[in-house]
Amino acid sequence: MKNKELVCGNIAFSEAAIRGGCRYYYGYPITPQNEVTSYMSSRMDEVGGVFLQAESEIASINMVFGAALTGARAMTSSSSPGISLMQEGISYLAACELPAVIANVMRGGPGLGNIAPAQSDYFQAVKGGGHGDYRLIVYAPSTVQEVVDYTYKSFSVAEKYRMQVMILMDGLLGQMMEPVVFPEMVEFKGIKSDWSITGCKGRAPRLVRSLFLGRGVLEDHNKKLQEKYKKAEETELKYETYKTEDAEVLLTSFGICARFCRKAVDLLREKGVAAGLFRPVTLWPFPGDKLFKVAENVKKIVCVEMNAGQMVEDVRLSVSNPEKVSFFGRTGGGIPSVSKIVEFAK
Amino acid sequence: MKTLYKKPESLNDIVTHYCPGCGHGIVHRLIAEVIDELNIREKTIGVAPVGCAVLAYNYFNFDVTEAAHGRAPAVATGIKRALPDNFVFSYQGDGDLAAIGTGEIIHAANRSENISVVFVNNTVYGMTGGQMAPTTLVGQKTLTSPGGRSSCTAGNPVKVCELLAPLEGVKYLYRGAVSSPSKINTVKKAIKQSFEIQLAGGGFSLVEILAQCPTYWGMTPCESVKHIETELVKTFPLGEIKKWKKE
Ligand SMILES: Cc1ncc(C[n+]2csc(CCOP(=O)(O)OP(=O)(O)O)c2C)c(N)n1
Repeated sequence: MKNKELVCGNIAFSEAAIRGGCRYYYGYPITPQNEVTSYMSSRMDEVGGVFLQAESEIASINMVFGAALTGARAMTSSSSPGISLMQEGISYLAACELPAVIANVMRGGPGLGNIAPAQSDYFQAVKGGGHGDYRLIVYAPSTVQEVVDYTYKSFSVAEKYRMQVMILMDGLLGQMMEPVVFPEMVEFKGIKSDWSITGCKGRAPRLVRSLFLGRGVLEDHNKKLQEKYKKAEETELKYETYKTEDAEVLLTSFGICARFCRKAVDLLREKGVAAGLFRPVTLWPFPGDKLFKVAENVKKIVCVEMNAGQMVEDVRLSVSNPEKVSFFGRTGGGIPSVSKIVEFAK
Repeated sequence: MKTLYKKPESLNDIVTHYCPGCGHGIVHRLIAEVIDELNIREKTIGVAPVGCAVLAYNYFNFDVTEAAHGRAPAVATGIKRALPDNFVFSYQGDGDLAAIGTGEIIHAANRSENISVVFVNNTVYGMTGGQMAPTTLVGQKTLTSPGGRSSCTAGNPVKVCELLAPLEGVKYLYRGAVSSPSKINTVKKAIKQSFEIQLAGGGFSLVEILAQCPTYWGMTPCESVKHIETELVKTFPLGEIKKWKKE
């Protein structure tokens, strides 16, 4: 058996990124993900990678842009306000089809908010965030082991579609320690591609840009992006169900909050309520068709989130019985307790 | 027969979109000539700005990318850190470098990123239609300073070279102009110096180039050239602002 290591979510995704071949990390300190910059600053040295503490999140994401251009595996991470600053850069990455990984360890907002865990950047992550018609693949892990697993594979997924992957966590998952097994170190030698910018020795010069002037040129580019998003939508979908076969009360939740709901399902069942849980693992693509089927015969659907009601909009859009959907959540860093979830759902 | 003058290999043979009398085209050619002379075309990566020169990527015959407005130094940092053996330069206007991108240029300079920056100062925002730039002269009329720039409300022109000079990471600074053949020749020498510093692993350098913008100065090309030599140079003195000392 492989050795288990006790680490917090922030260290988990840092190490998983390195195991996944990431050798370029650019970031700016912000709570609750400060473990990342300090870990990366020494770990990148050990593996011969580059860590740079940028002057801002705007600079971080643009440094990631530069590294990704060369075909390297690059990432940045931050928490909510910093991710807001990165939105223009993420939009440019999307337009230029540069694979990159971005982790958001969400904290309470809006504004400077607080440093308590929250899930209130759901809209920003899955509905665009920055300008233009683009999508991110968004993973919402709910255990520290899942943080490791999804971060590790996110680089190859990003490269497969030339898309950007966001690991959407919250301050609780970032800070919480759990035993995990880290995967093997990937031997990544850089992408061999027909698009990376490496100097034109032995080939025609290349251009990576996001400006598309001329009638219809941008529309054609956007159509190409949409086609690839459609492919990703069909193949990268991930979700989890728990005791949904005979469920009459269906809880829907993502990330850390889904763990509270899992416990609530058990407690509800002890009370004789046939409860179940549907948990999207990818928030984009959203597993709407799967949810539709699971929710078809239930009497009640309760969406639980650590925000004022964001994913619940996608839940309502997905099911055949939106009038049965209700929302239970806390915002501004509040954490819904299992007993309150049970009380609301029963 | 001896060829005295030809199109540099690093420049594509196409008509540019620049206005008549614009300085950008001259600067493009100087960069291309230097890259040819140093024989580094195949390892060059250019980072184009958002500004009139965004389309520079169509004119250069080597790998080019385009950064978000003001972020070219950060993008160049990302490229150079991943490919330290390549030659990386950013090409930026005064709005791009001295307004929205002030943070990125100062910190790339302070880290002494081993990159070269070609900074084209035409004292206006060309691409967006002639608004005031951080480098606009006091009294200069622009779309957003119709009565002339007032230093009381808009501050004084930002002198980028003088601002960067005290930073230890900055290894070479030169301010030139493309307003006469002799000045163009000295600018070319400065660009070459900057590029050679990077090739020798010397660190950050920047060449500021005063360039004419007849369209948004409301002048003929000839008047614009004169305007540089009589007016711009008073605010932006020409010459070596920081000498390269080989370490
Ligand atoms: C974030 C952002 N803000 C504003 C713009 C609009 N914009 C494009 S170019 C430009 C100014 C360019 O001026 P300068 O850098 O002086 O270059 P020039 O066009 O004069 O060569 C502005 C404000 C933009 N593209 N992106």
